[in-house]
Amino acid sequence: MAERWRSALLLCLLMAASSLANSETPVSSSTGNETTGTGHETAAITTLPIVTWKWHHVEVPYLVALWVLVSWLCKLVIEANHNVTNYIPESALLICFGFILGGMIWGADKVQTFKLTPTTFFFYLLPQIILDTGYSMPNKLFFTNLGAILIHAIIGTCWNAATLGLSLWGCHQGGAMGNIEIGLLQYLLYGSLMAAVDPVAVIAVFEQVHVNEVLFILVFGESLLNDGVTVVLFNVFDAFVSLGGGAIDAKEIVKGIVSFFVVAFGGSLLGTVFGLLISLLSRCTKNIQIIEPGFIFVLGYLAYLTAEMLSLSSILSIVFCGVCCQKYMNSNMDENSIQTVRYAMKVFANGSETIIFVFLGISAIDKTIWVWNTGFILLTLFFILIYRFIGVFILTWFLNRSRLVPISFVEQIIMGYGGLRGAVAYGLAVNLNETKIKEKNLMVCTTLIVVYFTVILQGVTMKPLVQWLNVKRAATVDLTLVEKVQNKVFEHMLVAIEDISGQIGDNYWRNKWRNFEEKWMSRLLLKPSARKKQDRLFNVFHQLNLQDAMEYVKEGEHRGSLEFIRNESAFVDFKKKFGEDYEEAMPDIMAVMADDQGSAMRRDPVPSVSLEMHEQNMRGLREAEGINSHYLLDQHLYKSRKQHRYRFSRSHLDINQDENEVQEIFQRTMRSRLESFKSGKMGVAPPKTITKHTKREPQPKMPNGRNKPYHSGDEDFEFSEGDSASGYDTSFPMRVGYRAGAGIENPAFMPDLDPSSPLHIPPWLADAGLEVNPVAPSERAQVRTPGHLHRLASLRTSAQPGDTVRDRNLLTPPPPPHRDDDHL
Amino acid sequence: MGATQTHSEYQYENMVGKTGFSTEQIKNLHMRFQQLSGNEKTLRREHLKNIPALANNPIKTEIIEAFFDKRNQLDNELGSYEEIGFEEFLMVMSHFRPLSIKTSEEERTAMRRQKVRFLFNMHDTDGDGKITLEEYRKAVEELLSESGTIGQEGARAIADAAMLEVASTNVPNLGPDDFYEGITFEHFEEILKDLEMESRMHVRFLDMNTANLRCGKTSS
Repeated sequence: MAERWRSALLLCLLMAASSLANSETPVSSSTGNETTGTGHETAAITTLPIVTWKWHHVEVPYLVALWVLVSWLCKLVIEANHNVTNYIPESALLICFGFILGGMIWGADKVQTFKLTPTTFFFYLLPQIILDTGYSMPNKLFFTNLGAILIHAIIGTCWNAATLGLSLWGCHQGGAMGNIEIGLLQYLLYGSLMAAVDPVAVIAVFEQVHVNEVLFILVFGESLLNDGVTVVLFNVFDAFVSLGGGAIDAKEIVKGIVSFFVVAFGGSLLGTVFGLLISLLSRCTKNIQIIEPGFIFVLGYLAYLTAEMLSLSSILSIVFCGVCCQKYMNSNMDENSIQTVRYAMKVFANGSETIIFVFLGISAIDKTIWVWNTGFILLTLFFILIYRFIGVFILTWFLNRSRLVPISFVEQIIMGYGGLRGAVAYGLAVNLNETKIKEKNLMVCTTLIVVYFTVILQGVTMKPLVQWLNVKRAATVDLTLVEKVQNKVFEHMLVAIEDISGQIGDNYWRNKWRNFEEKWMSRLLLKPSARKKQDRLFNVFHQLNLQDAMEYVKEGEHRGSLEFIRNESAFVDFKKKFGEDYEEAMPDIMAVMADDQGSAMRRDPVPSVSLEMHEQNMRGLREAEGINSHYLLDQHLYKSRKQHRYRFSRSHLDINQDENEVQEIFQRTMRSRLESFKSGKMGVAPPKTITKHTKREPQPKMPNGRNKPYHSGDEDFEFSEGDSASGYDTSFPMRVGYRAGAGIENPAFMPDLDPSSPLHIPPWLADAGLEVNPVAPSERAQVRTPGHLHRLASLRTSAQPGDTVRDRNLLTPPPPPHRDDDHL
Repeated sequence: MGATQTHSEYQYENMVGKTGFSTEQIKNLHMRFQQLSGNEKTLRREHLKNIPALANNPIKTEIIEAFFDKRNQLDNELGSYEEIGFEEFLMVMSHFRPLSIKTSEEERTAMRRQKVRFLFNMHDTDGDGKITLEEYRKAVEELLSESGTIGQEGARAIADAAMLEVASTNVPNLGPDDFYEGITFEHFEEILKDLEMESRMHVRFLDMNTANLRCGKTSS
């Protein structure tokens, strides 16, 4: 490992050195060019130069690109060592790399050539990060906790600013800092720039800790929204400092308060408007799908700049822009565009986050800014920490009085400890006007120290602290189907109870909002095609897939109970029946069987996956049904926690695995469906049989309901064999797809669960009509005529021990041979 | 203070202990009760069905049934009422009380159980202590009832899959001849363990009287 480190360092060194050399040596290198003179700018050419050295021509973009590369390489090196990043957050390591790089530059230049300037930071590095957070904001979580977030963001930030400024001033008066020229207003100004918790640092640290969602959204939401407050406070105090203490009267203060509302709400409003604009725009980008994903970036950036131009809160603006448009964008745009947007967002955000941290490190290595004042620096650190905790405790105490789910003490500690300061504070500090504030350098360097302290020290200790305090972590298991269903039941139940009890509460408002949105917003902002998925084909796909999904379940059940799957002899039988056709596929099934036996009841991710599939399908269907049904899934089985888990993580995009998986399943299914269709056309039609729905009359329920305990295996067999044929031919392609899709086989196959389920016959199968059943099922199955209303004897107990359900797993069936070659 | 006043005060006191609501909340709910029942002593199903806001709720029948379910009155009786008085109404409502920060751990578990039990009862329509596939299907179907026929099919499939899932997780060693009869309460509790029922299943019962306005309107 040491070697790897060394080589990596060397690489970085080379990079930095080369960029350095380039930056300082245009002259020397051009003097080496005897014929062309000293530089291309001044060249009076005497002959046609074949090659010229035009460094200054490309200098700026070249350096930018190089630095981006260097920063990313740092990240690459860091991420190569997971045993390090497990303990030290990446952001801290990046800063340390920044120190090293900065040291090298300093060593070469004797002056810090590169540093993070506020312009670069605020205009080129920050917007994409914030846009990403807004765009991937878990909306529901965010808005349900909005009250708490706002209180922390507004009151908490004001509290931090005021207490820090006043306490420092008090200490100054007490003589703790020696002889420095800072007045009360300047302390307050300093306090206001230090007050804001930094979103970049917070996400960077918190996303590696995996605390529970509510805690995360509280810290994170606060860090986003407090920007409005910081900007206002900063501007107000900046203006006050310029005005001087004497000119400040009640009027000015009132103006300051008014400006707060204007800045914060104006910014949010502006962002919302832009968000809606993007949504509207995405309605009509059908013909330019290729640049469709770009709009959100451009308009988001415009939202940011516009807010900046109007001196509103630009961060709030871009956050709300992202928050508002995400939903509509995702329904309006093409699937590919959505993915593109998602990835591009992450690339930009993660990339610029990396750059920010590296440059935060680099900026430190600069003698000119270092002004050491032990009292000032230590006191600042101390007060920041203390007041953050006090503020959090007080505010949460108030909040807990009305919160239904109180924030526990441990969580409060994490909230307090999560008050990381970052590049925003640094950017603001650098922005200070040196003529007005004599001790600007002291403030800058204190800010840097605070940033290092919070990001590195607190960042490193955060994880152990979270573990030690046993903070509730983010759920790591996916919701199972039952849980999802239950969740939906929940939501509806709560609303219903509120309705009945006549209380107007959260749920009530949520419902109202949903109705409003459904009625107006989506009509306005979503494509008139009623978010029918982008094209018809896709739509049809979804429909078919739903059928498949349902069948999948049904079939699995029946198949699970098939005799030939369960016992050897039957198996052989089956083999005989299917003849050579399946010969080569047989080993396959055997292997799978063996496998599944082993892992029999292990809990696979499958149930939820197959569930997802249902949902996906449902969605497709719903889309087909038009506007009113668009939210059906939403209302029913759609949003699960899983879906936004981690979405706010900037560096882990693989989160929504399931979605991808579903996509994949989907595509595979489609492909195989196509193939099966083809083969059908070509007359290779697979054996088909039809067993009509066996409707079962509701069993007479005894009060104690003990009347259906043992009717399992038996009836299953009855139709399972008959069905097996139909099951096989229709489901082959699909199954194959699942198997290939790794882990999609339904493991928990309990054939007996659903003895009464009517056989589901897909329409295309039904068309095929009743054909002779080549599988030659047992007599029992053959006796049953299609369409015959078969009433199951519910109490018949399984008489044949040979029929025992040994294997509950859904076996992956052999692929039908005719599809074998082109498929696998 | 008239006699009736003291009478109802006394009643309220009684219910405070039983349901955990504050007197204020009980008063509010009582008003609502009277509003719903049209100032009668008892509430019938039609009363609840007539609540306009409930019309769009896919699981409204289940919810309404729950109000008339004797099992939700904490005395372990089976069957259902034709009409309920205020006390029963309140008992059902009490399932939706939020936890407060002061709730002790035991109370928490108790409340949690109570809430889960309520949900369970909602699904277990025949009261045999098991949610059978039939029952579960019905529940899911109802949940998806807005989506028409396909919703129904989807519901079936979903219910079936969910049931399989439950069976596989809860009875890992299900013998070959065993049949999974349905979700028992214990299983149900186990399944919902991660959902943090106790903190989520609640309605904000206001101390303040917001219903007042409407009440005033209807009574005048």
